[in-house]
Amino acid sequence: MKKKVLSGSFATLCAVTAFTFVAGGCGMGGAGNSAPVASVPASTSPASSSLTGDIRIDGSSTVFPIGRALAQEFMGKNPGVKVTVAESGTGGGFKKFIAGEIEIATASRTIDEKEIAQLKEANIEFIEIPIAFDGLTVVVNPKNTWANSLTTAELKRIWEPGSTVKTWKDVNPIFPSSPIKFFSPGTDSGTFDYFTEAINGKKKEQRNDAQTSEDDNTLVTGIAGEVNSIGYFGYSYFEGNKDKVKAISIDNGNGAVAPSPESIQNNTYAPLSRPLFLYVSKKALDSNPAVKAIVEFFFSQGTGLIGEVGYVAFSAEDYAAVKSHFDTKQVGSVFAGKKTVGMSIQQILKGE
Amino acid sequence: MSVALPPPRISDKAAVMQAQSTKFSRIPLSRRVPDKVFGVVCMIASLVGIALLGLLLYRIGLDGYKRVSPTFLTTFDNWRPHLAGVKAALVGTIWVMVLTALFSVPIGVAAAVYLEEFNRRKSRFSEFIQLNISNLAGVPSIVYGILGLTIFVRWLALGQSVLAGALTMSLLVLPLLITVTQEALKAVPPSLREGSFALGATEWQTIYRQVLPAASPGIMTGIILSMSRAIGETAPLLLVGAAGFITFVPQNLKDGFTVLPIQIYSWANMPEPKYQEAAAAAIIVLLVSLLLLNMAAILLRIRASKKLRP
Amino acid sequence: MAHVQGMGPAFTKANNRSPRRLKEGIIRYLCLACALISVVTTFGIIWTLLSEGLHFFQEVPILDFLLGTKWSPQMNPVSYGVLPLVSGTAMIAFGSAIIAIPLGLMAAIFLSEYANLRVRSILKPLLEILAGIPTVVYGYFALTVVTPWLRTLFGQERVEVFNGASGCIVVGIMVLPLVCSLCEDALSAVPSTLREGAYGLGSTKFEVIRKIVVPSALSGIMAAFILAISRAVGETMAVTLASGNKPSMSLNPFEGIQTMTAYIVQITRGDTPSGTTAYYTLYAVGLTLFAFTFGMNIIARRLVKKFRQAYE
Repeated sequence: MKKKVLSGSFATLCAVTAFTFVAGGCGMGGAGNSAPVASVPASTSPASSSLTGDIRIDGSSTVFPIGRALAQEFMGKNPGVKVTVAESGTGGGFKKFIAGEIEIATASRTIDEKEIAQLKEANIEFIEIPIAFDGLTVVVNPKNTWANSLTTAELKRIWEPGSTVKTWKDVNPIFPSSPIKFFSPGTDSGTFDYFTEAINGKKKEQRNDAQTSEDDNTLVTGIAGEVNSIGYFGYSYFEGNKDKVKAISIDNGNGAVAPSPESIQNNTYAPLSRPLFLYVSKKALDSNPAVKAIVEFFFSQGTGLIGEVGYVAFSAEDYAAVKSHFDTKQVGSVFAGKKTVGMSIQQILKGE
Repeated sequence: MSVALPPPRISDKAAVMQAQSTKFSRIPLSRRVPDKVFGVVCMIASLVGIALLGLLLYRIGLDGYKRVSPTFLTTFDNWRPHLAGVKAALVGTIWVMVLTALFSVPIGVAAAVYLEEFNRRKSRFSEFIQLNISNLAGVPSIVYGILGLTIFVRWLALGQSVLAGALTMSLLVLPLLITVTQEALKAVPPSLREGSFALGATEWQTIYRQVLPAASPGIMTGIILSMSRAIGETAPLLLVGAAGFITFVPQNLKDGFTVLPIQIYSWANMPEPKYQEAAAAAIIVLLVSLLLLNMAAILLRIRASKKLRP
Repeated sequence: MAHVQGMGPAFTKANNRSPRRLKEGIIRYLCLACALISVVTTFGIIWTLLSEGLHFFQEVPILDFLLGTKWSPQMNPVSYGVLPLVSGTAMIAFGSAIIAIPLGLMAAIFLSEYANLRVRSILKPLLEILAGIPTVVYGYFALTVVTPWLRTLFGQERVEVFNGASGCIVVGIMVLPLVCSLCEDALSAVPSTLREGAYGLGSTKFEVIRKIVVPSALSGIMAAFILAISRAVGETMAVTLASGNKPSMSLNPFEGIQTMTAYIVQITRGDTPSGTTAYYTLYAVGLTLFAFTFGMNIIARRLVKKFRQAYE
């Protein structure tokens, strides 16, 4: 009698596993019959291609929203292609790119010389495609009524290493004397690299008492929570949180300019517009037709998605220049190791 | 056991009830009062956790209930925040969970059986294994991520697949599973083994027919705890390469995948408030699936342990 | 808990037939193989961390790393002193233990000694759900509930948005079910004859718990505490969200800190080029973290052994 009960309870051990199996079966069974929900923008070519293949995209979390939109719209047209998009950070993405695990690496900074060397060693050629602008936005708390615009010199005084700025009064004598709390993107983010180079003049140099976070929403929370705060992050995070934080106009000597899609695109919001990149494996491009197709899809239709996900598209001429660069399969980087702050895309592409 | 007791303030009614309930009413008040107070304090302590759970659920429910719907479950992620659903993550979670259970439960139980049953003399060698296990239990999950990335993804060339994810998760939950299973085996009264041996059963027969069934309620706890942990882990799968965006379900072991926590983390990091809402809704989905799994297992376990108790 | 030392084999040897013996042997070795997986895992981790970590220690003297008090690997001037991360981790481990250990143990005592089956069958699963909540959710909880609450309680000026205290509280809540569940198992394992004997001598419940049950279950309880602290040390996501990413030696719980795990997340999600010294800090910090938990476990196991011997 007792033994029967016992072995019954032992059977429950197996029941858990069985339960998960059944649940798994249901989930997978449901996979086939649901209609695709992707609302592909009205298009004239409903005929889907017979293209198949896998595309793995990984890298910068900044570029992730673009990758996601691109992947979804592309798969809407090419249901046979499986695209996955991950966000391991630009460094993590390149590491996988070097290991040959992914076809496309996304980056919020240019490829580093060490990474180029490792790719060379791994015999992987790549094509660099700048795809959009991100406008780094300097923000303060909405209750901050005094600071509406700052000059690049003032920004430098605030953020430079060893800065003596402790209170708002130290920035400008007419500001109140309340102590500032500083918020900055993580010191290993492309945003940090670009901002420090553009404002402080040297990459990776900044005052060391700032609260940092890889997660820009965390910065939003921080700045929205402290009245006397200042921080900076990507434009899309500002656009998503306009009710929680206030953007500062930047005066680089030609008058104060507020960050906006227009000012970022035409480069008047300088020096804080930075380009974002795709790095495509040339081998994958040659051997996997889906990879070529998705890049071409980007130029034909994907550029329209950029604004919708909170970034700023290039001008049509800029895209034309980038596309011809891609069409001729120019391998290597024209951006790496160069001071590109404040330059237009065409200038960079042309100027050797 | 140094519990700071509040000053004994016990109502008259309670004292009367206490006196009535205790057969030994000659026990002096100085011993009865701490007894009662301690009971109440312990009850409050156990309710703190529940209260916090309630608060947490309320908070998340408030943020995400609007989004939870059948459509949310059956649609894929979408770059338009209001259309995003959890299908890929939900199915991916089930895949990872099933595979993890398949790998870790037999191995974990077998390892615990070796340490507790086959090796009761506690040799130096088994001490060493034991040390390893308790040490592994303390290894941060993100380190398992580094390991999984190096061994499964790169070295065994499994790629960023659901198999690599499940194997990493299995290694992660094994120490917990083994430790709890061991405790369950220790709790089986030796008389059960002695009786079995006396009837001429071999060691394995004793383990399989007597010890394991008797220990199964405890083992269930171990499995539930480990699976709960596997379902909720984010960090290691982030490293192994669970995708942030994926609009298909894995068809085989080598396919790419994502899981609910990764999806939640990814959405929570997005600037659009609609994604925050989706993240809260995905948390609800995760908690409900956890609840369903636990409920089935726990009901069975309680029934078993009720019958076991003398 | 006296075991029947080697009684089984001695008994079965008498009527053993060799196929059966072979089967027993195979099963035994299969179980051994499973147990050995843990050893393989340990060596896998050490090998992975060491082989990559060596790149780091070729560039940075190990003493600079271990004794340095400034951690700023990606910001010029670079500095690789790991102590601020260690101090952040210690704060979280200590703070969360203060919350989780008493609460968890008392809850376990309530469940195992006071609660009737009905109450148990409701409370226990609820606590297990608490254990299954993803750590990201706790981070979210910290930011939306705990931190605002701390700030109203202690003042906006004193408490930063990201602070150690908030991390301690949520990690405490997070490991509470683990402490509770494992302690409860340990308490339930105490034979009821011990309790009955004490009751028979006229003890109150509190006395039975204090003098009989808890001491008898001490080894299991200690193991639960250790697992909980290890878990707190290794906790990643909640801490990253709640306590921020500002490496600092400060002991003020209302200031932002950075733990070792938070740093690892930061670097794995960030844009640092692989192959640079800054990138290899990942493995150096991972190695430190590993050594940390390893040392802690050895000390803890010594303790457990001591207690166990004392009660047998």
